[in-house]
Amino acid sequence: MKLELKGISKAFGTFYANQDIDLVVEPGQIHCLLGENGAGKSTLMNVLYGLYEPTAGQIVVDGEVMNFRGPGDAMAAGIGMVHQHFMLVPVFTVAENVALGAEPTTFGGILSIDQTRKKIREISDKYGFDVDPDALVEDLPVGVQQRVEIIKALVREAKVLILDEPTAVLTPQETDELLDIMRQLKTSGTSIVFISHKLREVKAVADVITVIRRGKVVGDAPPSAPTAELASMMVGRAVSLTLDKGPANRKETTFVVKDLTVRAPNGTYVVDGISFDIAQGEILAVAGVQGNGQTEMTEAILGIQEHVTGSVTLDGKELLGLPVKEVLRSGVGFVPEDRTVDGLVGPFSVAENLVLDLYDKAPFAKRMSMSPAKVEQNAKAKIEEFDIRTPSAGAAAGTLSGGNQQKVVMARELSRPLRLFIASQPTRGVDVGSIEFLHKRIVAERDVGTPVLIVSTELDEVIELADRIAVLYKGKLVGIVPSGTPRDTLGLMMAGVGAEGVSHEH
Amino acid sequence: MSTATTAPASGAAARTTAGERPPLKVPVSLSVLALVALVFFGLLGPGKTAEMKVSDPGDAIVLPSIAIPGQVGGIVMGVLLLAAAAYSVYLWTQGRRSPRWLPIVFAVVFVFSLLVWIVAGARQPSISLAGLIAGSVTLAVPLVFGSLSGVLCERVGVVNIAIEGQLLGGAFTAALVATVTRNAYIGLIAAAAAGATVSMVLAVFSIKYLVNQIIVGVVLNVLVSGLTGFLFGTIMVPNKALFNTPGRLDIIPIPLLADLPIIGPILFRQSVAGYLMYIAVAVVWFGLFKTKWGLRVRAVGEHPQAADTLGVNVNATRFWNVTLGGAIAGIGGAIFTLVTIDSFTQEISGGRGFIALAALIFGRWNPIGAFLASLLFGFAYNLQSILGIIGTPVPSQFMAMLPYLVTVFAVAGLVGRSRPPAASGIPYVKG
Repeated sequence: MKLELKGISKAFGTFYANQDIDLVVEPGQIHCLLGENGAGKSTLMNVLYGLYEPTAGQIVVDGEVMNFRGPGDAMAAGIGMVHQHFMLVPVFTVAENVALGAEPTTFGGILSIDQTRKKIREISDKYGFDVDPDALVEDLPVGVQQRVEIIKALVREAKVLILDEPTAVLTPQETDELLDIMRQLKTSGTSIVFISHKLREVKAVADVITVIRRGKVVGDAPPSAPTAELASMMVGRAVSLTLDKGPANRKETTFVVKDLTVRAPNGTYVVDGISFDIAQGEILAVAGVQGNGQTEMTEAILGIQEHVTGSVTLDGKELLGLPVKEVLRSGVGFVPEDRTVDGLVGPFSVAENLVLDLYDKAPFAKRMSMSPAKVEQNAKAKIEEFDIRTPSAGAAAGTLSGGNQQKVVMARELSRPLRLFIASQPTRGVDVGSIEFLHKRIVAERDVGTPVLIVSTELDEVIELADRIAVLYKGKLVGIVPSGTPRDTLGLMMAGVGAEGVSHEH
Repeated sequence: MSTATTAPASGAAARTTAGERPPLKVPVSLSVLALVALVFFGLLGPGKTAEMKVSDPGDAIVLPSIAIPGQVGGIVMGVLLLAAAAYSVYLWTQGRRSPRWLPIVFAVVFVFSLLVWIVAGARQPSISLAGLIAGSVTLAVPLVFGSLSGVLCERVGVVNIAIEGQLLGGAFTAALVATVTRNAYIGLIAAAAAGATVSMVLAVFSIKYLVNQIIVGVVLNVLVSGLTGFLFGTIMVPNKALFNTPGRLDIIPIPLLADLPIIGPILFRQSVAGYLMYIAVAVVWFGLFKTKWGLRVRAVGEHPQAADTLGVNVNATRFWNVTLGGAIAGIGGAIFTLVTIDSFTQEISGGRGFIALAALIFGRWNPIGAFLASLLFGFAYNLQSILGIIGTPVPSQFMAMLPYLVTVFAVAGLVGRSRPPAASGIPYVKG
């Protein structure tokens, strides 16, 4: 099946998420859409899948102009989609999820789920998916859930399969398996549209690469194109992909975590007896697939988790049990993983957000009153220093782009004299240009002698920033390894396999 | 752990509650209740003998009555309850949860013990067990319809606080239309239409205009209450014969079966609406869990976006389901004016819609669970009135509290672990 997009535009109000996009997906090809977060890739695919109606343009399948009113039409035309956030009902079985929307029935609409079971087994055997049709989806690991999504599309006889950032939730090993599956699907005649911003994966599997930037097609490139060239097409200027970072100059060990344990309300251990320490002038990066206890660990250190045991000491002082304010006043800078929820107050101005931590202290406050002039002055200085692109200091923080919002959070947290700096997902959803800047600031903080704890689910980021790498799996510390550890080893550790033969110096 | 562990993949599985004990709630509450039963119903129990009649004198098959001496019976049942509580405590010490049947069996014995205590202590220590159960079912019928309405709405992702309004609207319309047309069956159909109308207002405001569903529901209850109250006062009271003498739905006994003791009156001596209740429970259950329609409904209530991406029209599914729910509740309302009493009075539903809401939660959003929970509440209502008649030492005001106390304890104490549909109460906006 040949799929063509002709002049697709999609506007939300006055903002064009897609503008005049042309794209041809040839049969039996893996076609990569490469672009940064927010470049408009997902919007384009939602248009193609019938979830959004295009403002202008045509979708042409095998020479025939289509008019999709909803996903049902798109599926009927042979288009299947695996969404970035899985569209699976957690309390349904695999078979029920696959059947939904195209239910095999006997008379009177009575479900005959057996037919679906049989189909799932067939597909599962054909591609070696190893999926049990009767398992509850919520009990399955994300990698398997993703296969369920693929099965859903295949059962509906999709000829073109759209995969929207499919590797974001996978371990490196699972990613490799997925890339294999994609090649297999291609061999059996299914075309694939692979959406990603990860150059390594795109280059590994693509037949054609189309780069999208700010809602427009920048151009096509062969997978053999050099990484730097693809990156600069994606970002729109030359970027340095490697961070210029000297070796760590470790001094005194001032931050020690011992047997840190966090229990969830249901009694499970989300963080299970973690111990590590960080020296001044060193970055410890925590790697791991999302949801393995990273969030709870950092929040426990900050004091916003309940049911925490163990010990966390900074400069010899116990932090556990202290109110959050006390923890912050002990010199902890904290960048939370979700800036829009925990890092910023969206409707507040940039200037106000920059003093959320110090609003009640001199010079910003004097007893009961605040000094707007000082807040403004501070904002001007930080906007300058951190290159925050905002119309004014008075603009609502929520209106800025992801990268600039993150700079606001980072600027605020780095503006106190720090004894410890913690950043969770410091560059999630941030454009490549800002990533460069934020990484440099983190390294600079290390170089003035602050112990730095980074948590990231992006392995590339971990490898880039870390002086030592700790890997979390199901709330446990699998190991702490030096920064030069190969990706494969780290990948295995992220799947819970211990790093044997690696020394754990402390 | 100064050096990191090198646990293999299998060993790194999340530590769950291993080594932890399950919650103490069940063992402790069972123990306390068992002691209460033993001491108050047994050791301090009344000396008289409670008589429980199993069949009416007019029945085809007459079984002998059950006679239970108050004090001895109380002690025996108290000891049984203590044994059950001890078993629960034993399981707890072994780190195991009590099985689900244990609290249920316990509750049945406890209620029976309470019944013996009250009856044996009454002026006239005799009740008809058959009448108690049959009456419970009769009182439960509107609750069952109401809670089925709630199940249909919540399963599809819309919170229906307006059950009370739907019942009341159904009751009023049934009385009015049945009187005017001189046909109770047309009244029944009109009641369904009235309930559906109330539901459509809820559906339009909560689905199309995204108004908070709780608020729309509460407002609808107040609106229907005011509207029926006004019309009752201005139309029905001055012209009772013209507008408020609906007559009753006939009781249609099924030959032979209707004469069975206890189950005969419950299952086979009902009005059309009563039979309809059993059919509705079965059909809604089968529909929700065995058909294509049900799969889609549940998907829409759990993960509307997933349903949408598979070509299910989320908001239309919601709209029609909520409407259907309203129609069912409307039929439940008709019971008040066409079966229980034969005329409409102001606020005739008397808060039963809220009890139905509790029944659906207690019944874990499952039609059969909601049905059983409704029966429990119906039993509480009936017990209250029967005990009032035989004259117990317990003040009537406390007896009147019984259904609501049962509601609070049932919902607070026993629902704990159940999980409502994930998208219930959350409007769906595309994109």
